[in-house]
Amino acid sequence: MSGWDWSMDGWIILAGVLSACSCALVGNFLVLRKMSLMGDAISHAVLPGLAIAFLISESRSSIAMFIGAVFAGILTALLSQVVNRYGGVEHGASMGVIFSILFALGLILIRQAADHVDLDPGCVLYGNITQIPLDAIGGEVPPAVINLSIVFVANLLFVVLFFKELRISTFDPQLSTTLGIPAGMMHYLLMILVSITTVANFESVGSILVIAMLIVPAAAAHLLTDRLSTMVILSLLIAAASAVIGHVTAAFGPSWVGLNADTNTSAMMAVIAGLILLAAVLASPQHGVIGKAYHRIQLALTITCEDILGLLHRWREMNTGTPRPMYRNEILAAVGDSTLSRWALRSLVRRRELTADMAAKPEATAYYLSAQGISRAAGLVRSHRLWEAYLAKHFALPLDHLHMSAERLEHFITPQLREEISRDLIAPNLDPHGKEIPPELDA
Amino acid sequence: MTFRRRTVIAIALLVLMTTATVAQASDEPTNHRSITDTTVRWPSFDEITQTLMLRDYNTRVVVLGTTLLGLAAGVIGTFAYLRKRALMGDALSHATLPGIAIVFLILGSKNLPLLLIGAAASGVLGVLAVVGLRTIPRIREDAAIGIVLSVFFGVGMVLFSLVQQMKTGNEAGLQSFIYGKAAAMLNRDAWLIGGVATAVVLGCVLLFKDFRILCFDEDFAGSQGCPVLFIDLTMMALVVLTTVVGLQAVGLILVVALLIVPPSAARFWTDHLGTMTVLAGILGAVSAWLGATISALMPRLPTGAIIVLCAGVLFFISMMAAPRRGVLASVWRRWALARRIGLHHVLRALAEHEERYGEDVGMSLKDLLSARSWSAGSLNHSLNVAIRRGEVSRTKGDLLRLTATGRIEATRILRNHRLWELFLIRHADIAPSHVDRDADDVEHVLSETIVRELERALDETVAIPPSPHVQWGENT
Repeated sequence: MSGWDWSMDGWIILAGVLSACSCALVGNFLVLRKMSLMGDAISHAVLPGLAIAFLISESRSSIAMFIGAVFAGILTALLSQVVNRYGGVEHGASMGVIFSILFALGLILIRQAADHVDLDPGCVLYGNITQIPLDAIGGEVPPAVINLSIVFVANLLFVVLFFKELRISTFDPQLSTTLGIPAGMMHYLLMILVSITTVANFESVGSILVIAMLIVPAAAAHLLTDRLSTMVILSLLIAAASAVIGHVTAAFGPSWVGLNADTNTSAMMAVIAGLILLAAVLASPQHGVIGKAYHRIQLALTITCEDILGLLHRWREMNTGTPRPMYRNEILAAVGDSTLSRWALRSLVRRRELTADMAAKPEATAYYLSAQGISRAAGLVRSHRLWEAYLAKHFALPLDHLHMSAERLEHFITPQLREEISRDLIAPNLDPHGKEIPPELDA
Repeated sequence: MTFRRRTVIAIALLVLMTTATVAQASDEPTNHRSITDTTVRWPSFDEITQTLMLRDYNTRVVVLGTTLLGLAAGVIGTFAYLRKRALMGDALSHATLPGIAIVFLILGSKNLPLLLIGAAASGVLGVLAVVGLRTIPRIREDAAIGIVLSVFFGVGMVLFSLVQQMKTGNEAGLQSFIYGKAAAMLNRDAWLIGGVATAVVLGCVLLFKDFRILCFDEDFAGSQGCPVLFIDLTMMALVVLTTVVGLQAVGLILVVALLIVPPSAARFWTDHLGTMTVLAGILGAVSAWLGATISALMPRLPTGAIIVLCAGVLFFISMMAAPRRGVLASVWRRWALARRIGLHHVLRALAEHEERYGEDVGMSLKDLLSARSWSAGSLNHSLNVAIRRGEVSRTKGDLLRLTATGRIEATRILRNHRLWELFLIRHADIAPSHVDRDADDVEHVLSETIVRELERALDETVAIPPSPHVQWGENT
């Protein structure tokens, strides 16, 4: 692309945003209803409806196209249900059977229709968004943009007006039916909207990339929030962002890597949406890979810290007469020498739960429990021994089976729980092994 | 043979086959069908016989190649279908596009074996992406498939539009991967498909036991020492191979149909895995052969689509006409059952009437109509069935009576009804006024053995037990 021309690129971006947003609106409900593949199926299967509409009307009139698409969409939903229910074919496979057959039929018909109507079969797959502004005469609004706006507004109205109904029928179809909201009707209404949206998007993003626009923004938004309304808004933002960034990247991306070319805008929109999803997969606060890994490392670190504190507490118990510190190499040998345990030692010192006497050789550094450390360590050891006593009393386990369970649970027993266990056991002083249960210290 | 030995043999054969066929693939000049021909016209008789007899070299290559592909896809598709992986193939085939584009970008020319290797690599990447995405808690399998399918396709399209601008006109051959172009199939392509088909069929035969156990009970397979992951990967590899060689023939959008449709069709005919596999292979091969032949006769029609339509026709025939699982059979069964139930109702109503008023007193149609809540139409229908079967006769005064044969049957039904009522009252603690409905549903399906057991449980041997509704002082 030679340069940026608002009269062209403006329309392209507007068309892209409208198409991505109209898809994302209905896509949310497809994703939540576990019907993502219905979007896949319908977007393939509207092809014959479209082709028949072309053949009958002998033109590319929008009305005929939409009617054809609605019929094809409903037919897909119905037929795959029939094959699934009456034929006993598994759900995914029944959709696969129906949409691939319908797509094949559509391909053949499109080939025929192409003789009568100006239509490019390739365009069906990946759209031709950059052609959209060229269809406008003079300074008028391109017809595709008008279509997309109508569909977007229709979808928006549907989602806003039927928000409550959609929510109930999505999350609990039985409840929705008992409340007088026909879940089946909502299902077919949604299918009709998906078909219309798909068709409106044929020109801009094509039949396969429309799947990306239907599913990907919604799936990414679903990773980021637990509220349906937030999810819908987020998905719209993601969709709009992938459209804008997609077009800019398509226009200028290749020149950034030194190629004198531009690339397919609608495909780039799908790629950007995919990248946004990837970012959400990695960085989502609750479900993200990074967040999970961070929590897991934090937990591992806490547990190692607590193991070290418990170790030092027991060390103190063993050497009550002549208190002596524990050396770094002794601690590392006891808890296992790893990056994690060294890291744990550092963080304990930083939090002033341990005091370290530096020596010339690092492994000779001596560690003492500080006052804070003593209180936390006593709590841990108290949890451990109380739990052993509790297990011994209520579960009649042999003595050598108590330690492992206590070793795991000591990290998760809160002071309140300790209080309850202690009350249950009538404030014991000794654990089943005859060791003293330290009293509760105020932290 | 042990699992391991069999798998090793299978893998070795597979690798041998593929390398051999890739090595075989030398360029042979063939005359391409004219693509400027844009009209559909009906072929002459000569052309039809010539195509059917495979006299034309080009046709022979195309028809044989696609038929083998259909066979292989049907066979391996059976296992994918049973593992509920049918749509994984869809994600896989769409995900091959970036690989093809990248290889083409690097090489700048159409080198088929390398393109296919690129396709396989990015296809596998796509499958891995589906598997990886599925582990994220909020992303379900269906969404994962949709995401991978569309985003990979997007990446492919981005790369393709770069190819389009950088090379001159060469990318036309790449379009054939999307829609398929069986007519352009070369001798070496057919060899490749043949090799892969042999490998797939051999792999499935050798690993049949392992595949079977994996399809039906994965955990059990693991406990039996079957290397589940390894077998699973082998199965996936065979699916990938089939998909990749199928790209050229039917295109990446429709190749999944060859994996799904024939096995789904075969499933209607049989409950036996071996039979199903063979049948799916045959159905796949037949639809591919039929499709390729038709499109050889009418070159303007896209081969892949025709093949899929043929498979679709076979699918619908199977779905309708299969003897046990087919729709027609189940409609017929339902209809026959409804007919039998109607007949039973007439007989029992007459038997109850006889029980109350004696054998010689006939029952008027009006009384019969009020005996239970049925419409005059359905009663008439059932009554006609009963009269035709000679179980009920109409006397001169238009009264209805059981014939001797009818009485035997009616007594049996009435007795079953009463036995079940008694059973419910005595053993399920259900109030006598509530048992009639239940018994009404069950009396038609009580088998001889169950009746014997009921007799034993209730100590009733011969006579018809009296109606509990009368016995317990209830007004009926």
